[in-house]
Amino acid sequence: MNGYLDMELLRFTTAGSVDDGKSTLIGRLLYDSKSIFEDQLEAVKTASERLGNEEINLALLTDGLRAEREQGITIDVAYRYFATPKRKFIIADTPGHIEYTRNMVTGASTADAAIILVDARNGIIEQTKRHSYVASLLQIDNVILAVNKMDLVGFSEDIFNEIKSEYTLIAKKLNLKNVHYIPISARDGDNVVNRSENTPWYKGETLLCLLETLPVKDGIDKLPVRFPVQYVIRPQSDKFHDYRAYAGRLASGRIKTGDKVTILPSFTESTVKAIDEADKPLNEAFAPQSVAIRLNDNVDISRGDMIVKSDNLPSLDANISLMVCWLNHRPLSIGAKYIIRRTIFLFARHPFLFEH
Amino acid sequence: MSSKLTHLKELESESIYVLREVAAQFEKPVLLFSGGKDSIVMAYLAYKAFYPAAIPFPFLHIDTGHNFEETIAYRDELIKKLGVKLIVGSVQESIDNGRVVEETGVNASRNKLQTVTLLDALAEHKFDAALGGARRDEEKARAKERFFSHRDEFGQWDPKNQRPELWNIFNGRKQLGEHFRIFPLSNWTEMDIWQYILQENIELPSLYYTHEREVFERDGIWLAYYPFMQLKPDEVIMRKRIRCRTIGDITCTGVTISEAHSLEDIINEIAASRVTERGGRSDDKRSEAAMEDRKKAGYF
Repeated sequence: MNGYLDMELLRFTTAGSVDDGKSTLIGRLLYDSKSIFEDQLEAVKTASERLGNEEINLALLTDGLRAEREQGITIDVAYRYFATPKRKFIIADTPGHIEYTRNMVTGASTADAAIILVDARNGIIEQTKRHSYVASLLQIDNVILAVNKMDLVGFSEDIFNEIKSEYTLIAKKLNLKNVHYIPISARDGDNVVNRSENTPWYKGETLLCLLETLPVKDGIDKLPVRFPVQYVIRPQSDKFHDYRAYAGRLASGRIKTGDKVTILPSFTESTVKAIDEADKPLNEAFAPQSVAIRLNDNVDISRGDMIVKSDNLPSLDANISLMVCWLNHRPLSIGAKYIIRRTIFLFARHPFLFEH
Repeated sequence: MSSKLTHLKELESESIYVLREVAAQFEKPVLLFSGGKDSIVMAYLAYKAFYPAAIPFPFLHIDTGHNFEETIAYRDELIKKLGVKLIVGSVQESIDNGRVVEETGVNASRNKLQTVTLLDALAEHKFDAALGGARRDEEKARAKERFFSHRDEFGQWDPKNQRPELWNIFNGRKQLGEHFRIFPLSNWTEMDIWQYILQENIELPSLYYTHEREVFERDGIWLAYYPFMQLKPDEVIMRKRIRCRTIGDITCTGVTISEAHSLEDIINEIAASRVTERGGRSDDKRSEAAMEDRKKAGYF
């Protein structure tokens, strides 16, 4: 069942406050989808005993650093992998502590979906709002509000609905798209992989079923073509003496041979002669494919330039205003000089170019 | 109709992007080649990333002196085919020069000693980026790695203070004498690697397929027998049909009893397996944080 060559990949992140049951949920997903191996489970059992935990502590599966295990906290994002017959998944298990926000953002930046956990007893708290804000800032396509520990509130539909309506307002204010709500118990597995008998009033999908069907990077190939040039391929061999290709990863759009293109920032124009994927020529390529593009004219193009289709140019300006998220402990100082790494937001809805 | 990449295509695109980013951002990168399936896939992706130009960096093999001869033969053949330069860092030389002291006893292994040889080789050639085939799904400390992982002037990793790494923005800025470890295969799983080898029809060392060999059992793990290995009194050499699930230093790489003679067989075997591939690596079992400790010191 694990052997298909043509599955889709979904990247998701889990966020929530310290004791909301994040690691337990991941442990449950891995365990119920049979993705924990015997030697891993054995190692976690031994470590749990050594740390004096009464039950197996599934958090030890992802808290892989010595300092994390000592303190029982997550410092940096850990990546975990599992597959069902329908999809492959990459989980970014991110830290809940506010001082490790830069690590949380690192894990969330590539996510197609964010699971935000809420403790049913406490409802929506400051940290829920903070993580929702980050999800909105990173324009994560799907948000799942998982109301956890439903067993501790008697699987009450009223409590679930209360939390849901409160969050609906937050989601609207933050402009979150595709928000889903699920009542779960990560510890006992209710509505995680298997449908729960304790919530007959809940008609939606289980968490895993939702993860298997959420849209992934829907339509980035339909946005305007943005191809940042990463590297120029120029073989020093007689056989490929005149070969010159511009390598990069399509940030958005779909490009074909014969397309009229404009090179920015010089505004030079040309047409696509060939699209190469190593030794295989392609008629077209789409985001997020890595390819090498050859043009019909000999033009000056180097790393940092961008190839776009001539019929859909981005706007260019010497002045831009943008929101800066500061992740360093030392505060930004006005008037100091900073380096901006100039590239493309690969999965953002509206790719744009940073200028120095 | 919107088009989607398959998971293998998406992983391939991501890795090729990382390899090209390394060639663009660093002055003197090197690809760490072990002869195992992951570094073979990494070499194949590097070939694809720069085709029809040659791979713009040399390969570095840290040779413990305890390698399977099939690994060395495969390595030399591949180097010739790719037309890249091979540098060999020899652990035996590090021992002879007194840089490291050989472990003794029945569990002696040169695995840990490799770190010194590796760091010496990086310093000698002034490499500023070393590409490794490590995957995050292999091990819990590796699950914490960035794609671009900073190392200080002593080659050390500081896992508590890693840089932010957002989207596909990789930050390779560093001080003189520092370097980066780069992991293009971060997001691949063992299954992805095998599926990709099947899809692309990549040739592998024969060790990965079933063959008969002299082996013995230690702590529940089957090890290949070589004359330089010390046996405990109750350990018996037997002939069995085995294959390697991972390839590393002979002294610490467990082998699998297996009849798998094709890639399809191997994929079925792994899909049904209930232990991880590093379950047979005694180097990880020395302590709970064995990998983290080795990585902090500058290991692969």
